[in-house]
Amino acid sequence: MPTADAPSSPVLPAWPAEGTHRIPFAVYTQEDLHRRELERFFYRGHWCYVGLEAEVPNPGDFKRTVVGERSVILTRDADGRLHVFENVCAHRGMQFCRERHGNRKEFVCPYHQWSYTLAGDLQGVPFRRGVRVMTPEGPRVNGGMPADFDPKQHGLTRLKVATRGGVIFASFDPDVEPFEDYLGPTILGWFDRLFNGRKLRILGYNRQRIPGNWKLMQENIKDPYHPGLLHTWFVTFGLWRADNEARLQMDAKHRHAAMISTRGNAKAANEVSQGVTSFKADMQLNDASFLDIVPEPWWGGPTAVMTTIFPSVILQQQVNSVSTRHIQPDGHGAFNFEWTHFGFEDDDEAMTARRLKQANLFGPAGFVSADDGEVIELSQAGFESKPQHRALAELGGREVGETPHMVTETLIRGMYRYWREVMEAPDAVAPSARPGDAA
Amino acid sequence: MSARAEHLLGLVQLHAEYAAAVDGADWDRWCELFTDDCVYRLVPRENHERGFPLATLAFTSKGMLKDRAYAIRETLFHDPYYQRHVIGLPRLLAEEPGLLRAETNYAVFRTKLNGASTVFNVGRYLDTVVATDAGLRFAEKIVVYDSEMIPNSIIYPV
Repeated sequence: MPTADAPSSPVLPAWPAEGTHRIPFAVYTQEDLHRRELERFFYRGHWCYVGLEAEVPNPGDFKRTVVGERSVILTRDADGRLHVFENVCAHRGMQFCRERHGNRKEFVCPYHQWSYTLAGDLQGVPFRRGVRVMTPEGPRVNGGMPADFDPKQHGLTRLKVATRGGVIFASFDPDVEPFEDYLGPTILGWFDRLFNGRKLRILGYNRQRIPGNWKLMQENIKDPYHPGLLHTWFVTFGLWRADNEARLQMDAKHRHAAMISTRGNAKAANEVSQGVTSFKADMQLNDASFLDIVPEPWWGGPTAVMTTIFPSVILQQQVNSVSTRHIQPDGHGAFNFEWTHFGFEDDDEAMTARRLKQANLFGPAGFVSADDGEVIELSQAGFESKPQHRALAELGGREVGETPHMVTETLIRGMYRYWREVMEAPDAVAPSARPGDAA
Repeated sequence: MSARAEHLLGLVQLHAEYAAAVDGADWDRWCELFTDDCVYRLVPRENHERGFPLATLAFTSKGMLKDRAYAIRETLFHDPYYQRHVIGLPRLLAEEPGLLRAETNYAVFRTKLNGASTVFNVGRYLDTVVATDAGLRFAEKIVVYDSEMIPNSIIYPV
């Protein structure tokens, strides 16, 4: 019997040592592994980010997005309920919705006018009962769908939906665990700190296509080693540096993580700046309003909490700038990265302006984040040039565990421990039971 | 020469100076083409048209432009590239004493050191230009780009 990963089961890379502190380049370069990652991480057993409730506030609002590499539509129906369904017509498979957002009473595939409700149910099939014509012998009905054609069996593929704090996740897997269990209590705590029930206000989007494997972005935000080295602004202005008060936490499966840090040591020259070429002791901003930071009560101390929800999203709080960053894979060697910046309903004008100004640090042109895309692109280039080689993640040891500091790559090792558990497991699920596949 | 022709010529010349600065990596010159309390915004067309206030870059003073210039030179790691602007003819929207508003299409090509030249970013400039002692200067430059899916990153000013 073929497995769910048929037709081809990938050759799993050999990990050079026990543990996950040596990461084979092949995990970034093999297309067949990428297909298995899509099946096992994005389409089965996991929740994926699809958007914010504030993006679809009114009945009929929709947003087109993706889960993994599959196009999906998020809608709010007339009763205010949220739905997510696949953007693949049940008839001929066309991706019928091309707009990125809008407001609709229904969805109609332009090809043969099959129409669907805002919940994804099939409601209309032209010529379902045939076309009545007059003939010399009397009226006759030409064509039509078979008498046993049941529209209820031919809705769009619907995803399970979870919302919490105004954030919407979806899963193709009807048997996925509850969202709260999926995050686990530790990560849920950080999630709730940011999304504590206040209504969100969308400030806008940034989109970039990064020519690197999607996991590299997860790793970038599980890597507290680089920010104080690659990013001058972080180390120089004390926003993120190795001598800041910091904690690293994970869920029990090590797939999600939070990097929690408190600003300090701005301009401090010591062992974490010594020899660091990105540290600029005498750097002065011409316009200090870039860093007009005002602490907010909900922070509860930390000035930066970067949360990685595996596999699809990063939750950013860097001082007053907050965003979701949606990872949208496209083959093994590239992903689209969509930033949604937001604020809260109780923000005054000054706070909104502050969030927008601090957004200059982030996104595809950000003073800090622009280099992340660059190093990911160049890492991928290195992997592709010698896929038999491996990367090293041994800062802080070879083990996986939470730490009261940030001088470690433990979160990357943790993510790959989980990756190996899932990717190396034998697959017992038959193709007919694959989530997202209708009969 | 009519006032209108003079205005158009002035704008064309300013755009030519702008292209020369940002394509020649003369970031100090780029800063000096703006007024002290200038606004420079690089905005995806989607945000612009949907009324979302977020910009990819949002600067509200010449000091911020100088900070960007410093970042390009000193703090932003990036794969080096050339950029080349092709700026269309301005469409005058307003002519007031000492002030012009115009909309102008542009295209930016990017060439990496070992690569082909590719279309990097296209869009339009929504400019407010004022007469100063030093000549025409940008009081406001809103760069609204169609190329919403940025090819990795934008380092240099568009």
